[in-house]
Amino acid sequence: MKTKCTNYITLEFLSHSANEGFARGAVACFAAQLDPTLEELGDIKTAVSEAVTNAIVHAYPDRLGKIVIKARILEENVLELSVRDWGRGIADVEKARQPLFSTGGEERSGMGFTIMESFMDRLTVRSQEGKGTRVTMRRRIQPRRAVQ
Amino acid sequence: MEMKYKTENRQLTITLTGELDHHAAKDLMDSIDRCMEQNLPTKTLLDLGGLTFMDSSGIAVVLRAKRRMEALSGTLVVVNIPRQASRVLETAGLGRYVDLV
Ligand SMILES: Nc1ncnc2c1ncn2[C@@H]1O[C@H](COP(=O)(O)OP(=O)(O)O)[C@@H](O)[C@H]1O
Ligand SMILES: [Mg+2]
Repeated sequence: MKTKCTNYITLEFLSHSANEGFARGAVACFAAQLDPTLEELGDIKTAVSEAVTNAIVHAYPDRLGKIVIKARILEENVLELSVRDWGRGIADVEKARQPLFSTGGEERSGMGFTIMESFMDRLTVRSQEGKGTRVTMRRRIQPRRAVQ
Repeated sequence: MEMKYKTENRQLTITLTGELDHHAAKDLMDSIDRCMEQNLPTKTLLDLGGLTFMDSSGIAVVLRAKRRMEALSGTLVVVNIPRQASRVLETAGLGRYVDLV
């Protein structure tokens, strides 16, 4: 897999829920240079929102902590996003990724990972209990020819 | 995120505009609960037409509204679902539990 990076940004912010909109908006602005369709942009925003919300809700359930997003543009119009936290981590990642699995209350649906997985081309989750979690996603933006 | 509602013959219409994420969902759930308790509708239309964004937090909002309506022996119908929100609801298979129009 080619991974040469041609452009990137890094965003660091505190796990306030008010930052959810900022995070997906900022990533969408950065992704705009790949000339995505509205639907592709919607998918990317949704995936970012899910990963960031998880860091806010699950990684730091009773305190505020640091969240870092890296967005990279790789060869062949691929957008790579990583969302990282230094929170409580996930004991069993495979189980956490199952549809409907949730340790949250009635407020959560357990569909976050399922949505990230189906809206993006690739999803990897690395986590260590007590140390934190890094969610990495890739999505290739369909190159579009200019319409005359 | 803004919520408006109107009632007519015990039919409640709740209209949402803006972005429905986890940040907005907390207050929204409370507002919908209160609105249903005050109006005791037999049918609720949840109009998503004004949403510019929705993530899986919206699924929890819809399911909760559905359960509240069931507790009132009423029904819930979700209408005017924008494309992005509809992709989220479809991925979750929500059409099996809730009327999506
Ligand atoms: N960043 C994270 N830190 C700790 N736990 C997490 C994180 N992300 C996800 N999880 C765990 O994985 C579960 C499933 O996540 P998800 O599919 O997004 O569903 P939901 O957020 O609705 O619970 C969560 O309930 C939580 O237990
Ligand atoms: Mg989640």
